[in-house]
Amino acid sequence: MAFCSRNSRNIIIINLLKSKVGSSRLMKLSRVCCYGTCLNSTNHCRFLPSTTTLPQLGNPDPNSHKKGHSPCSQRFQSTKSGQQFASLPNGEHSQVLDFPGGNVVFSPEMQFLSESPNVYNPCYRVLDDNGQLISNSVFVQVSEEIAVKMYSNMATLQILDTIFYEAQRQGRISFYVTTIGEEAINIASAAALTSDDVVFPQYREPGVLLWRGFTLQEFANQCFGNKADNGKGRQMPAHYGSNKHNYFTISSTIATQIPHAVGAAYSLKMDKKDACAVTYFGDGGTSEGDFHAALNFAAVTESPVIFICRNNGWAISTPTSDQFRSDGIAVRGQAYGVRSIRVDGNDALAMYSAVHTAREMAVNEHRPILIEAVTYRVGHHSTSDDSTKYRSADEIEWWRMARDPVTRFRKWIETNGWWGSEAESQLRSSIRNQLLQAIQIAERAEKPPVKDLFRDVYNNIPSHLREQEKLVRETINKHPKDYPADVPVDVAVKDDGVSVYDVDVIVHDDDLIIHVR
Amino acid sequence: MALRNIIGKRIGNGIGLVGRRSLSTATSDVENRNAKSMNLYSAINQALHLALETDPRAFVFGEDVSFGGVFRCTTGLADRFGKARVFNTPLCEQGIVGFGIGLAAMGNRAIAEIQFADYIYPAFDQIVNEAAKFRYRSGNQFNCGGLTIRAPYGAVGHGGHYHSQSPEAFFCHVPGIKVVIPRSPRQAKGLLLSCIRDPNPVVFFEPKWLYRLAVEEVPEHDYMLPLSKAEVIRQGSDITLVGWGAQLSIMEQACIEAEKDGISCELIDLKTLIPWDKETVEASVRKTGRVLISHEAPVTGGFGAEISASIVERCFLRLEAPVARVCGLDTPFPLVFEPFYMPSKNKVLDAIKATVNY
Repeated sequence: MAFCSRNSRNIIIINLLKSKVGSSRLMKLSRVCCYGTCLNSTNHCRFLPSTTTLPQLGNPDPNSHKKGHSPCSQRFQSTKSGQQFASLPNGEHSQVLDFPGGNVVFSPEMQFLSESPNVYNPCYRVLDDNGQLISNSVFVQVSEEIAVKMYSNMATLQILDTIFYEAQRQGRISFYVTTIGEEAINIASAAALTSDDVVFPQYREPGVLLWRGFTLQEFANQCFGNKADNGKGRQMPAHYGSNKHNYFTISSTIATQIPHAVGAAYSLKMDKKDACAVTYFGDGGTSEGDFHAALNFAAVTESPVIFICRNNGWAISTPTSDQFRSDGIAVRGQAYGVRSIRVDGNDALAMYSAVHTAREMAVNEHRPILIEAVTYRVGHHSTSDDSTKYRSADEIEWWRMARDPVTRFRKWIETNGWWGSEAESQLRSSIRNQLLQAIQIAERAEKPPVKDLFRDVYNNIPSHLREQEKLVRETINKHPKDYPADVPVDVAVKDDGVSVYDVDVIVHDDDLIIHVR
Repeated sequence: MALRNIIGKRIGNGIGLVGRRSLSTATSDVENRNAKSMNLYSAINQALHLALETDPRAFVFGEDVSFGGVFRCTTGLADRFGKARVFNTPLCEQGIVGFGIGLAAMGNRAIAEIQFADYIYPAFDQIVNEAAKFRYRSGNQFNCGGLTIRAPYGAVGHGGHYHSQSPEAFFCHVPGIKVVIPRSPRQAKGLLLSCIRDPNPVVFFEPKWLYRLAVEEVPEHDYMLPLSKAEVIRQGSDITLVGWGAQLSIMEQACIEAEKDGISCELIDLKTLIPWDKETVEASVRKTGRVLISHEAPVTGGFGAEISASIVERCFLRLEAPVARVCGLDTPFPLVFEPFYMPSKNKVLDAIKATVNY
């Protein structure tokens, strides 16, 4: 087997395969060869020079940052920009500057790093467009049970999206965001994680929550903002959050969650937990400063965090050509010292394998991993968007039908004899009925009481907010017609004759001193 | 006691985090046993040492904190608690605060340092849209209450535009965070420990001019001063002065001189700007009938405007004169012109007299 070892990514793959030898989970080894990133004018692969050492996995060298890069990951000389030489000519080692950042090799030639590679960063995929395994593909095996659960969740997500979208169109909920086209990213990534891994989503990842057990009723409750919404009706629909499921509450702001994930990952590392942090964002989100800040912090703090970018081609109406000029997102990882991979986001098996592997690296090696999942946003950006205004309906239809990740995965599980048309129709009608019912229940339920407007701004309600609540209640009494009828305005339930919100609690020398206002 | 159990369940973590030391309501209650003369940065350093000592899940991070910090506030922490708990971050305020939010969201005490308040703005989105709303938007399922952001603020004599700013007003307009400003070393230690242990995200501005200049007897033990409690630091009957941070010592000098002219000034240290202690200020205004607010930050839209509006709303009929504000000018903080820009003792004194003689 010829191993191209000049690219550090390939080296990593090699070691991983070696470590997995004997594990039944690893399927066929591929010819792990240059995916075109080892470049020279003749495009040959070269063997690793015997003098070079491979980077060690599993026992990260804490001083590696001082020693500088391994020769295989250094930038090489070339006579033209855009070309990279295969290896470091031995003679050049003599001129070296021992710089605080590492050993820097001099060069009398002036060469600029190219702004673009000769070949696009390859995209890892395992299933072809017809859901059939590509020969010699490397992937992590999935049991029938998991595969069927993955498929069911993907189909459920599709139906959930369709029905909620309709509900918004009917005026029953104010807003909705679909995940159509990105079901594989959502479900397969979630399936590859454990329930202890903490998730910091953007807003197009309800599938992760679905996988973890958030019920259809709970989704409906949040969208209708009723009193059972664990967010207490404070945010727009589709802004889910659940501490029970380790899924941090969504905020509409783009990319702000990415550095949060890094801090959370650092905490997990300090607590020595077998868990990582995972955060999702779109191609647009990678332009925000928070993305860059987070990757850099993750590398420096050596935090076990997985960055999953859903590169779906569009940020509302902005195509990726208006978003960045790099070859996508995964290539940026190396610039920050973050290991990264580009994956076919519509290939559930590839997504599962990549995330599974990334998680092991993150947790065992205390390092961040960047995954660029290439996909397509089939739906509009949201219910406030009509994407036919900036892209062709044909393009949308093509991706919806020919490249549907759900169908593709279904074909694979059917090929394995794990699924059939009867199971399919049963699932779809069952989910549909459950959803319609959940929506009816959610719609009829009461909204949270008006006191929830004033609570949780701080851990306790401060006096100025209590005062404002009092004034608002006076206004409500005076002008009841100004206010929605389905928001209860009753005063807080009394306990032991004392309103729970009218009490100061002070801790004094281990005694609770309760001052009743 | 049944009620205790109910309160305990409902308030939950809020109690435990306050700590088991007695809360003092006034400086005089802080026992002076084992007090040592020290300056502001040493007092802050002590508070940080105590915070990390008493809570194994407390972390200190920011630019240059590892070697002790550009103002020496973090001296000795990395050596004592290790580089995993006290560490340098890359030069990126949005990253510092974003990372801190994530750390705090997992139940840790994330004590982030912003090197100068003048550089806090890249983190403004994270503070306003994330930290301040983290608990509310999640329906109290999550919170980042363990986050404390420390930043040196204020004039230093030669700081110019970008080493002298007082940005507190921007943050006072954000429901969900607290803003705290100490006036002296002893106050700083007790307030910082309260901020760190308070279950809400807090921005703590430290008056950099006082880092070396202010020296005071500071008790060496672990003590906390209450947030949202203003303090009357000088009793008087003719006029109420309200301020915070370094400006209080300027105002105090003005009060002393006004005394020579027979004007009795009551001086209040607000300490916490949001949520602020309206009751104490109002009680004083009801006594004196006159109020003057002074801060270094530019006068327009400064926090003095909020205090003024609130006092006028609530004490209108008691007021004998318009509410006076002696503040910085509406210009970027100048270098050569700093003495002209600053709300000096004489500016304050003139305003005291004008208000009293209105």
